[in-house]
Amino acid sequence: MIRLFLAGLAIALSGMVASAQESALQPVLQEHRDLIAKSSRMTISPAIDAIATSGAPQAQEMLEQWAEKNIWMRKSDGLFFIGEKVDAKTYALSDIDTGRMIAEVAKSEIKQLKPNSGVRAMIHTALVQFQLSDPNPSKRQDALTSIARDPEASLLAPLRRSIDGEVDKDLRAQKKRLERLLTIGYDEDTNARVAAIEEMSGDLGVDVRATLNPLLATTRDVAIGDVPQDRNIARTLTPGTDELSVRDAYALLVSKDLAPPLTTRDDMRAALAANIDGGRVGSVPVAQLSTDEARTRAYAALAADGTVSALVTDADVQRAVASHVFFETYIDPSAEVTTAAANALKTIGAKVGVNQALDLTLDALSLASIYFLAAIGLAITFGVMGVINMAHGEFIMMGAYTGYVVQQVIPDHTVSILVAIPLAFAVTFAAGVAMERLVIRWLYSRPLETLLATFGISIALQQLAKNIFGTQARPLTSPGWLDGAWVINDVVSISYIRIAIFILAFVFLAIFLFIMKRTRLGLETRAVTQNPRMAASMGINPGRVNMLTFGLGSGIAGVAGVAIGLFAKVTSELGSDYIVQSFMTVVVGGVGNIWGTLAGAAMIGFLQKGIEWFNPSNTLAAQTYMIVFIIIFIQFRPRGIIALKGRAAGD
Amino acid sequence: MQRSFIARNPSVLIFLALLALFTLIVTVLAEGSGIGIISTSFVKTLGKTLCLCLVAVAMDLIWGFTGILSLGHFAFFGLGGYMIGMWLMYERTRLIVVDSLAQAEIPPTSSEVVDAIGNQIFGVVGSSEFPLIWAVADSLFLQLVLVVLVPGLLALVFGWLAFRSRVTGVYLSILTQAMTLALALYLFQNDSGLRGNNGLSGLQNLPGVSAPQSVVSLWFFWASACALGLGYILAAWLVSGKFGWVIRGIRDNEARVRFLGYSVELYKLVVFTLTAMIAGIAGALYYPQAGIINPAEIAPIASIYLAVWVAIGGRGRLYGAIIGAAIVSLLSTWFTGGQAPDIPLGFYTVKWVDWWLVLLGLSFVAVTLFAPKGMGGLVDLWTQRRAPNRHGADLGPDAGSLREQEAET
Amino acid sequence: MSTLLEVSGVSVSFDGFRAINNLSFSIGPAEMRAVIGPNGAGKTTFMDIVTGKTRPDEGRVLWGEKSKSLLKMSEAKIAQAGIGRKFQKPTVFEDQTVEENLLMALKKPRGWVAVLTYRSSAADLGRVEELASEIGLSDALTRKSGELSHGQKQWLEIGMLLAQEPRLLLVDEPAAGMTPAEREQTTSILVDAAKTRAVVVVEHDMEFVRRLNCRVTVLHEGAVLAEGSLDHVTSNQDVIDVYLGR
Repeated sequence: MIRLFLAGLAIALSGMVASAQESALQPVLQEHRDLIAKSSRMTISPAIDAIATSGAPQAQEMLEQWAEKNIWMRKSDGLFFIGEKVDAKTYALSDIDTGRMIAEVAKSEIKQLKPNSGVRAMIHTALVQFQLSDPNPSKRQDALTSIARDPEASLLAPLRRSIDGEVDKDLRAQKKRLERLLTIGYDEDTNARVAAIEEMSGDLGVDVRATLNPLLATTRDVAIGDVPQDRNIARTLTPGTDELSVRDAYALLVSKDLAPPLTTRDDMRAALAANIDGGRVGSVPVAQLSTDEARTRAYAALAADGTVSALVTDADVQRAVASHVFFETYIDPSAEVTTAAANALKTIGAKVGVNQALDLTLDALSLASIYFLAAIGLAITFGVMGVINMAHGEFIMMGAYTGYVVQQVIPDHTVSILVAIPLAFAVTFAAGVAMERLVIRWLYSRPLETLLATFGISIALQQLAKNIFGTQARPLTSPGWLDGAWVINDVVSISYIRIAIFILAFVFLAIFLFIMKRTRLGLETRAVTQNPRMAASMGINPGRVNMLTFGLGSGIAGVAGVAIGLFAKVTSELGSDYIVQSFMTVVVGGVGNIWGTLAGAAMIGFLQKGIEWFNPSNTLAAQTYMIVFIIIFIQFRPRGIIALKGRAAGD
Repeated sequence: MQRSFIARNPSVLIFLALLALFTLIVTVLAEGSGIGIISTSFVKTLGKTLCLCLVAVAMDLIWGFTGILSLGHFAFFGLGGYMIGMWLMYERTRLIVVDSLAQAEIPPTSSEVVDAIGNQIFGVVGSSEFPLIWAVADSLFLQLVLVVLVPGLLALVFGWLAFRSRVTGVYLSILTQAMTLALALYLFQNDSGLRGNNGLSGLQNLPGVSAPQSVVSLWFFWASACALGLGYILAAWLVSGKFGWVIRGIRDNEARVRFLGYSVELYKLVVFTLTAMIAGIAGALYYPQAGIINPAEIAPIASIYLAVWVAIGGRGRLYGAIIGAAIVSLLSTWFTGGQAPDIPLGFYTVKWVDWWLVLLGLSFVAVTLFAPKGMGGLVDLWTQRRAPNRHGADLGPDAGSLREQEAET
Repeated sequence: MSTLLEVSGVSVSFDGFRAINNLSFSIGPAEMRAVIGPNGAGKTTFMDIVTGKTRPDEGRVLWGEKSKSLLKMSEAKIAQAGIGRKFQKPTVFEDQTVEENLLMALKKPRGWVAVLTYRSSAADLGRVEELASEIGLSDALTRKSGELSHGQKQWLEIGMLLAQEPRLLLVDEPAAGMTPAEREQTTSILVDAAKTRAVVVVEHDMEFVRRLNCRVTVLHEGAVLAEGSLDHVTSNQDVIDVYLGR
């Protein structure tokens, strides 16, 4: 009893406090008590508006609590409180305006306001204007994000109001951009929309295109006689052309109830099956119904009896289609807006095209640098020494696994990569030298045998890797600072790993050129390449030069393996995925010339990306066509892009 | 001077006799004829091995005799398999479909049957339309013609392009490898019209034949043996006459043949196309025994294995190719099938499933280095042939020419 | 005298290096001609052009009574038209017997069907034996040619050329690496051959050229420096400058 009394007193007090304040919320709530208690989407809006515009400091809090279903109405007097669960049967009530705890009451005495989803959406909309001016910038950001995610006409006004008060420069820019987009979509004034569209045309943002595209959404419609003038017509369609087949046109008529539906084969079959009468359908024996002609005849007989609806003939279809006009109309009724949007999209489209080309170029460059990295070692062993090394791909794989093992020992990714690169070089250099000494030097004048012997080594190494590391892919994680991508705009971006590989490719080109042009080894290598006997008689040991050159080529393959492992999964088949492309690169580029390899890699990279661009869903097809193209290319330049001519080419 | 064909090729008679004997033994011991010492699956394995021997003979013709290391002949083999597989799959599905539609109240129209077959076959790749390349799949005769025609035509076009531009040696090998890769990648696509990576399956069932697999397997075994015998005779006839001299001349010294007035490109093209056709026939016999064909079979590595077999057996002699293909492929089946006993080393157990490829790879290097004659060289010990001493020189300047150790006196 | 082969104004360059520079040359149907010149004078390239291995950048190469251009023809077609070539190094098919080598070279249809169905007739075998005795290899018919000595291989190759029955023989340094007795025989084979056909011999060895006793063409830097009898060209001051010293 005492408790009840205290509660009553508290309410009386709070009521006094509330009435003392000009902008208290409770009176506003009471004014709309019925609406709020009923909480229907159809009727609630005056109440929400009243709360939102009341100017009461607690309005935002109240709306948030309401949406969270924390507002309760006391049955005895109809006042609203914020309720907090104490235990299953008891709730603590706080005053909406002051937030002070008032009383704990039994659940049976109060009623929870349960706004349905429609109402909650309206509450959220109302809340946006508060959030947009919330002192906390991250809340303002959240509000903007949520508006951008599902824009609505009702958000436009609060958004506009909040712009002037925005102090954060970045948020202010975002608000302005969002305001423009909402204006395009929802402003009631056509001129304002057109102006906004024109303002935003040329902007590459995905959001702009996402705003403009729905404006140009069309529906197909049909009319008798002429195309209606009161509609915003996108275009008229001529049935029987690519834009609208006769079949589709008729289907449209059927869907608008302007023509009887066609009888499909299945329908006809079902109708016939349903009307079998003593082994005959419409006087045609069932056994004969294995041709379309007989079925049509039987069906016609049924139709003549009136058992089934008459067959729609081709002539019927033609006639029905011919007596109607077909057109597409914009869903947006304003022709000015749709025209402006179409123009803006055209402008944007052109810009996007240019940027896509740029993006494609970057992609192609990055692919080319990968091929170049994979092929440069091969270019040395094949190009300079004339040795086909089918195990080259396995050297790439060895490099990648070296990187993986190093990462198991050294957890820091940056350090481990820095260690892995020279280590991979050392490991594959040693493997290359061993292979050259043990196998290849016995087969120097026998390129085909070299091919097969190194293939033997390749399958042995691949299986060995499988036995050691298992068949599942091993991760080679790139250091954190290589994560992410360099985003130029919404269309053009390139990941840092690819940039790093691009740079690595150039570094290797430079190293290769340095070794070949500026070191003793390079001089001797070139001498041995051009004339082994003469070189030998000048005191150069061709065996040693061959060994070192082969080691160099293999070592570079190992480093390429680390680079490739960073973005591809490290498996025992890693190398064989690249070997054919690497050979193609060397062959297309022209053997015996590093610039040729560069040109070959560029050509293959650009070609592959170019073909993928035509048919982006199908990379398999892209590779197929690329290889076919290369085979044809070899027809015209059998010695590659940069060919050695004359006697040096070894005719 | 000119002796008879058999006299010039004593190996033909010996080979045919051995083949006949082998066929007889297998037939008698097979499950299909009652005794059942040899299981049906092993009969199939043996039949498949005979097909592999046939394609190895083709490989030997193109590589061992003409000096072109083609890394594409297994692609032709696979194409042959696809061609016969199309008919097998179509016909079998048709019988099933006709059967099930016969239950319906209304007899099906022919187009309904075709649609239902299409649905059955292409359901896995989300389509039901028959692609154009299946146009004659309902005719066994035409598909059999395609078994020869499709590989032959591909070889003709590719060979014409490649030989015309005088691509030789390793370049040609790489180019053929690229062709194989392109074909495999193409077939891997779902819209290639050959069921993408699902391939064609259920090929072991001959449509309309109710005989059990144990009998059907014998039929295919006999067919494979016949094909191998005929292929061997054809190959021996090709290489024993003037044609054989010319292609061996091309292998050892292409330029000289050209200046003698022979059109080297034409001869290469003829051999390339002909061997592609033989490979296609071998494939058409192989895949019904294997039961399934998919694009992975065509991958470039398969063609390299083919070269490995021929090299291990001894190139440039027909029986060498057969010895190599038979022994290596049977050993491979044995080792990878898990039948070979593991070797416990105490600290590590050598499981042959894991180590067989390592062994094969290394032994292959060893053969190339130390025994270029391959296993066929063992025959020379028996017939007491000796290699000439040529002081390390090969028999010709070309990449495919015979090596000193390979030449017989 | 009518001409069998007429080369006029031919030039070819490799990567900027002019191997043949506006070269003109002609030879009659039954004539022996020696071509001499220092290293790099373009002798081998000249042969390459005539046999179709190298395509010239400009100029004409005309063949036979009908003055057919050789520039559009393949090596095989040129060989079939009647031009035989012997390489500097002896190139025979070493994996095959002497008889097979000669049979392959015999003038017969070269198409693959004809070759496939070819059966050696008695006449062919007789012709082969005749040739073999001419080149002194009668006893070696069934031996693999890879076993022959260097000189024997040279003769075998000449024998194969003769078996082709060419109207023009291009012979590159036939006497290199031969003993004096072998040279003697080579000379007589070539002189014999020149009675019925044109023979062009490229040679370094002056003594050998003198023995051939024929007109001499001196090549230098891809062009004809002098032409005439051996005595005439050896007394030419330009030739002396180029050949003997500068």
